[in-house]
Amino acid sequence: MTRKLTRMLLTLAACAWAGAVAMRAGGATDNDVPSAPPPGRLSETGLYADRDALIIDQRNRPFTPQYPLWSDGAAKRRWVRLPDGATIDARDVNRWDFPVGTTFWKEFAFGGRKVETRMFRKVARDRWDFASYAWQDDQRDATLVPRDGLARVAEVAPGKWHNIPSHDECRACHDAGRTEVLGFSALQLSDDRDPLAPHAEPLEPGMVTLASLVAERRIAGLASRLITTPPRVAGRTPVERAVLGYLSTNCGSCHNRESSIASLGLFLKYAIASPRTCTADALATTIGHTGHWAVPDAPDGTSRVVAPGAPARSALLRRAQSRRPSSQMPPIGTVLADRDALRLVTEWIDALEGPPAAPCAVSAPATTAAARRPATSRTGR
Amino acid sequence: MTHKTATVLIAFAGITLTTLIATASGPAQRPAAATHRTPVELGAYLVSTMGCHDCHTPWKLGPKGPEPDMSRALTGHPEDLKMPPAPALPAGPWMASFAATNTAWAGPWGVSFTANLTPDKETGLGDWTEEQFIAALRTGKHQGKGRQILPPMPWSVYGRLVDEEVKALWAYLQSLAPVKNRVPQPIDPPEGSQR
Repeated sequence: MTRKLTRMLLTLAACAWAGAVAMRAGGATDNDVPSAPPPGRLSETGLYADRDALIIDQRNRPFTPQYPLWSDGAAKRRWVRLPDGATIDARDVNRWDFPVGTTFWKEFAFGGRKVETRMFRKVARDRWDFASYAWQDDQRDATLVPRDGLARVAEVAPGKWHNIPSHDECRACHDAGRTEVLGFSALQLSDDRDPLAPHAEPLEPGMVTLASLVAERRIAGLASRLITTPPRVAGRTPVERAVLGYLSTNCGSCHNRESSIASLGLFLKYAIASPRTCTADALATTIGHTGHWAVPDAPDGTSRVVAPGAPARSALLRRAQSRRPSSQMPPIGTVLADRDALRLVTEWIDALEGPPAAPCAVSAPATTAAARRPATSRTGR
Repeated sequence: MTHKTATVLIAFAGITLTTLIATASGPAQRPAAATHRTPVELGAYLVSTMGCHDCHTPWKLGPKGPEPDMSRALTGHPEDLKMPPAPALPAGPWMASFAATNTAWAGPWGVSFTANLTPDKETGLGDWTEEQFIAALRTGKHQGKGRQILPPMPWSVYGRLVDEEVKALWAYLQSLAPVKNRVPQPIDPPEGSQR
């Protein structure tokens, strides 16, 4: 046995031991860590053609959904980039399939200052990853935020702060339905815009719409009826149209037939109808239903998810009004109640006289998101 | 360098390599998992050592003072115990008050009641899924998507358990006999009060 062998064995033992210790210390091997980490700065993500002047790359196209998500009054700008020559598969009108490489950005600003930009990119056939960037004080670039998010990045009202969500919080909405992409769909891009949609932003020249996607041949398989007649929410009144659209965006990301909480039986996601599809899940599962949460000061037995003609007994409205942790809805992404939307929902409930004449059949979903995706997972942490 | 020394070194290298492999594969780094053969056994161990009974099992006054009433193990705040309004706290750095059962807590968040963790379909975790349970502990949201899970539940501590351990908790809780006990929904704090 030589000294060389001794050194080799010692080295082998030391390396093995160090490896074991390192793996214990490092611990986390998250199941959902992206294979290629997002860049450390927003300016490195491809959003800008000119990093210094912050000029948007023209391949990144602006768009605005007709029913925006309420984000405490943030001014938002959004862009999408589709890989060159690739198209969106729209054969399933309620679940567009985007080509790998598709990237979305969404910028949040409060009081004229950019606060946060989120990036959402498709990195594999069934996988999107998230990144959030917090803007620097000098507004020249934004820095990648840790997976756990970042609290108190902008005061949106006295004592109320905008927080950058954690990845788990991102997934709470973006992993809860038939598609991970929430603001870019046939309904959201429809050229038949809802004039009563709360906080809707005007369509600017050059923005992506359903018609522009068709004209530019960036979408395939879209039903021809949606090309000739852009989709719209089938409300019985203009107010109901706007309310159902608003609820679809702000509540339907979690409350839908494919969500892990589908067992609650509350379906607010608006699905573009085929002849065999119910057009008004939101009516059928709210109006007159007892629900799981009772309005605290309603007389016993009178609380309803939506009580026709009685906003004060309507749990949906009361929870949308609340920003208390025990009752707030939606539970994340907002610290201020949406007064404009509350007025609209109140008007709608006030005018309701009863359940819809032809309520939709409500059945458990055949395939849930739970069955399609692994549970939120964290190993070794 | 003797044969004996070489043998010792080879053994050391072997042991450390084995440790590395075992560490990489996961479970052997956690003694608790190694000593409990089934998920239910591990879950029972974790429940008994991580303080679940402290709040989810109503307390009673025993010969040595307050203690969990194991005849109502993990059933949460008793349905028949209607709580009066929480007492006003005196001036000073006081934040919360709690029921004698340790199942109702009043503080700046309002009043929270500990949940029925037995698998009763209507009042417990019987209609939850494992996915919802894991997501609840990871995110601090009811069923992983709903309202915040309120103090004093230390969900962020349990949220750091590895999947194997959270699944074991779930397996154990689902193995219990279902007990019908409808826990009240949380009570909001008065308007204008601190969150």
